[in-house]
Amino acid sequence: MTAETADAAIPARRASNVKALRLAETVAIPVGAMVASAVAFSIFLLIIGKDPVQFWQLVWTGGFGSSFSIQNSLQRAAPLILTGLAFAIPARIGLTMIGGEGALVLGGFSAAAIAIPLVTNAVPVWITLPVMALSGMAAGGLWLGVVGWLRHARGVNETISSLLMSYIAIAIMNFFVEGALRDPASANKPSTMPIGDAYRIGSIPGTDVHWGFAAGIVLAVVLWVLMSRTTFGFAARMTGGNARAAKAQGLPVGALMVVCCVIAGACAGLAGFFEVTAIHGQANASLVAGYGFTGILVSFLARHNPLTVVPMAILFGAIAAAGGVVQRRMGMPDATVLVLQGILFVVLLVSETFYGRFKIFQPGNTGDRV
Amino acid sequence: MDHPIVTVLIAMLGGAIRVSTPFMFVALGETLTEKSGRINLGLEGTLVLGAMVAYATSYLSGNPWLGVLAAGGAGVILGGLHGYICKLPKVNDIAVGIAFMSFGTGLAFFFGKPFIQPSAPHLDSIHLGDWTGNPALAQALEVNPLFFVGIGLAIAMAWALKNTKWGLIVRMAGDSAAAAKAMGVSVDLVRFLATAAGGFMAGIGGAFLSLYYPGIWNQGLSSGQGLMAVALVIFARWDPIRCIIAALLFGAAGAIGPSLQAIGITQGYYFFNAAPYILTLVIMILSAGSKGAAREAPGELSITK
Amino acid sequence: MPFNNLSRRTLLKAGAATLASVALPFGIARAQTAVILGIVYVGPKDDFGWNQAHAVSVGTLKALPGITVVEEENVPETDAVSKSMESMINLDGANLILATSFGYYNPFVVDLAKKYPDVQFRHAAPLWNKDKDPANAGSYFPYLNQAHYVDGVAAGLSSKTGKIGFVAAKPIPSVLSNINSVLLGARSVNPAATVQVIVTGDWSLPVREAEATNALVDAGCEVITCHVDSPKVVIQTAEGRGVKTCGHNASQAPLAPTGFITGAEYKWETIYKSYADDIAAGTPLPNFLVGGYNNDMLRNTAYGAGATPEAIKAADAAIEALKGGFKIYTGTLKDNKGNVVVDKDYDNYDPYLDGMGWLLEGVQGSTT
Repeated sequence: MTAETADAAIPARRASNVKALRLAETVAIPVGAMVASAVAFSIFLLIIGKDPVQFWQLVWTGGFGSSFSIQNSLQRAAPLILTGLAFAIPARIGLTMIGGEGALVLGGFSAAAIAIPLVTNAVPVWITLPVMALSGMAAGGLWLGVVGWLRHARGVNETISSLLMSYIAIAIMNFFVEGALRDPASANKPSTMPIGDAYRIGSIPGTDVHWGFAAGIVLAVVLWVLMSRTTFGFAARMTGGNARAAKAQGLPVGALMVVCCVIAGACAGLAGFFEVTAIHGQANASLVAGYGFTGILVSFLARHNPLTVVPMAILFGAIAAAGGVVQRRMGMPDATVLVLQGILFVVLLVSETFYGRFKIFQPGNTGDRV
Repeated sequence: MDHPIVTVLIAMLGGAIRVSTPFMFVALGETLTEKSGRINLGLEGTLVLGAMVAYATSYLSGNPWLGVLAAGGAGVILGGLHGYICKLPKVNDIAVGIAFMSFGTGLAFFFGKPFIQPSAPHLDSIHLGDWTGNPALAQALEVNPLFFVGIGLAIAMAWALKNTKWGLIVRMAGDSAAAAKAMGVSVDLVRFLATAAGGFMAGIGGAFLSLYYPGIWNQGLSSGQGLMAVALVIFARWDPIRCIIAALLFGAAGAIGPSLQAIGITQGYYFFNAAPYILTLVIMILSAGSKGAAREAPGELSITK
Repeated sequence: MPFNNLSRRTLLKAGAATLASVALPFGIARAQTAVILGIVYVGPKDDFGWNQAHAVSVGTLKALPGITVVEEENVPETDAVSKSMESMINLDGANLILATSFGYYNPFVVDLAKKYPDVQFRHAAPLWNKDKDPANAGSYFPYLNQAHYVDGVAAGLSSKTGKIGFVAAKPIPSVLSNINSVLLGARSVNPAATVQVIVTGDWSLPVREAEATNALVDAGCEVITCHVDSPKVVIQTAEGRGVKTCGHNASQAPLAPTGFITGAEYKWETIYKSYADDIAAGTPLPNFLVGGYNNDMLRNTAYGAGATPEAIKAADAAIEALKGGFKIYTGTLKDNKGNVVVDKDYDNYDPYLDGMGWLLEGVQGSTT
């Protein structure tokens, strides 16, 4: 599509062209950045004397090459969708909240803790699981809600306080898991009482991917609608653009911030619930797996768009899945994946600067800026 | 001398001196960067890479001070890259910081594998407490020269920021880019240099970890020290002297957990071990709402807007 | 006479081995079938500790013809490990999986073993249960506490007061059993010996390990030992403070040229070598392969400059006794809260000891 044809079009078509161009830009720039980081990483591989062609073949094999590999990637993506959303929603309102890890851990722990009396009394699964999920979401939401409230009420920086709260959340979980709520049978790996197979949520039928993945997609869609199609989302985005102006307009900035943080915590807490009910069957130190931190990367790569979080989480899941194959076949260390992620992340952020810079994505007339 | 409280206090004094230095250097580096109006959350990555480079250099060359210098050099490169990238329009400095955290850590882990097992020459310490005749106190007062370098640096920075033309330029770039530009100062250049210099200091903080205390290189070496040091800057309200105090407090708080167990208080160690985080959070909450905090924050800082 | 008192465990092992040889449906039984072995580590395989000890020993298998080894490091104890193992099976054709971290077993190894009955799984902790767990899964584990008992003997005779400091990662049975064994070893030569414990809370926390070591030295401990993933910091810091040390997991002797006494080391290669021999001979792998000094699964690091001549003599005698079936937990023993926790002679492999949740009288420290 050239500028001339766009210029000549009738206004309605022109508006849709502008939209299409913007969409093309938001696809082309990240794809370009991914290609660029792949090239950069290939150069890195050549420098250390490894074969880039073999590397990318293995990434394909391990990430997407077979139905097993695809399911492996999707399963690994499941918690990352939720923790990605946990970073994206506050980011839309201008908060850099890196405490998703703590909310996940606490959410998983509280889901497992509330399950103990329910499972002991043989409460039906259809009551127990929702109660666990709600408990996990409430714990995570409360935890990050406090961060949002502190930011609003006392001006406490949310990046730092959410990080501190993560350390504290992990200490709380460890304290109970190794103390009052420890299952005596969990000798060398202190854990809460197992919820038992009957209460474990299985895989999506026909696959090996647990239900957390489906929940993540549903939540991504719901949150996308909330953030881009509702007054709430509009107000939140406006606050993110300029909090002072939003306040001057009479928007309840503080309440919006707290709600966004609660949503974030609930997403992370739900991820914790799925880790407990789909993976571990109990709460223990393995809940601290870094998903909260990877979620930050996922969200940045998705430019904090809830819908885009899903493919980016899958990309990270695939990289993690492929990382194992690369280790096994090429004898490369585990840190290879970290280097690749680091390069990808830096290059994608640098690519932000190119939005609006390429003529081909611009409508012909500068007066058209939407 | 044998009273349990004395034991804990001596341990906290020792902990403050032993553990605080990396926090000091990273916090001072971050203070300089933030004073110029930019935030670099990636100093955790710089710290880890600095630790690895220092250890490797010391092991290969036999000279630990060369390692310290090399760590600073690695920090300059990461900091400079960060500074360069962030001056591009529309690039978010917080995000780039997080990206550099994972990039720096990744590089350090990738290239650090062969240096986990070997023993590299360590930095020597100065024995200030031998006259006391108390081994615990003598140990607590065994101080690495970098500790004093850090304090000297803080005093020099505090003075220079207040009293020199360079200090004025840095502060101006941080408080109002428009005013600085009006004065003919290149804000981008100032921030680039401040970020690179901040990286240098953070790299040295890493060298302290690997070459002095605890004095090893492995992938678990930094348990978030670089991130916490960035937190301490906000806590210290961008004042180099207060950074030193904050780092000392944080180090002392870290010694509470092990020393309480040593005198027989063995319950709830998870919470004692989390003491530094809880303490930092509480002080942040208590001090954040004050007018002073708002006044002292550099006006251009994205994190305080 | 190591087996004059057949424990439940040995019986279990014998039964299981028969079971496995009957049930084994696939290739290992046929000689010369290619064996593809997948091994997963919880940390970096050059961590100078637990993971490296495994990785080095696996080298014995790599050298054998007909065996391909595929390795994956830094695999967390989450679904990541089931996916990694499954990926080894699906993409690399692995038919023997070694899972080397405690938390891999339940639910990950157990579930996967049910899903892939043709693949053999072996896990590095004594958790396999004949009645509950799949026949194609199994356990292998050396009881390191025997070597820590020897450490205790040597430490007790290499110090004046017998005050020993122990830096512990977590208060779980496998760690508590090492602490208690150090105490019993030290008490066997010095009835006044004590052990003081500081728990760091996790497997690898270098700064806190250094702080804990300093705190123990300040508290008057003359010998420091530990159970953390990578003991380099502890040994190095203690040496710097001028106190003696005992190692853990691998040889730390070079780190402490003046104070090193001895250290507790696994001999994983004995187990891996026996697996390799079984594979080469076409015999099925045992489901339950545990041991200690009596079957060459442990060693103590060569004595360092910190060991006194009496200590060396007594420690050597203790090793000989352990090889001959000497029992560590015997008679009546109380924990440090006053409860009787041992009221008879326990075999070193008695399952009761696997679940120990107590520290003996003489240990200063807590289990929570």
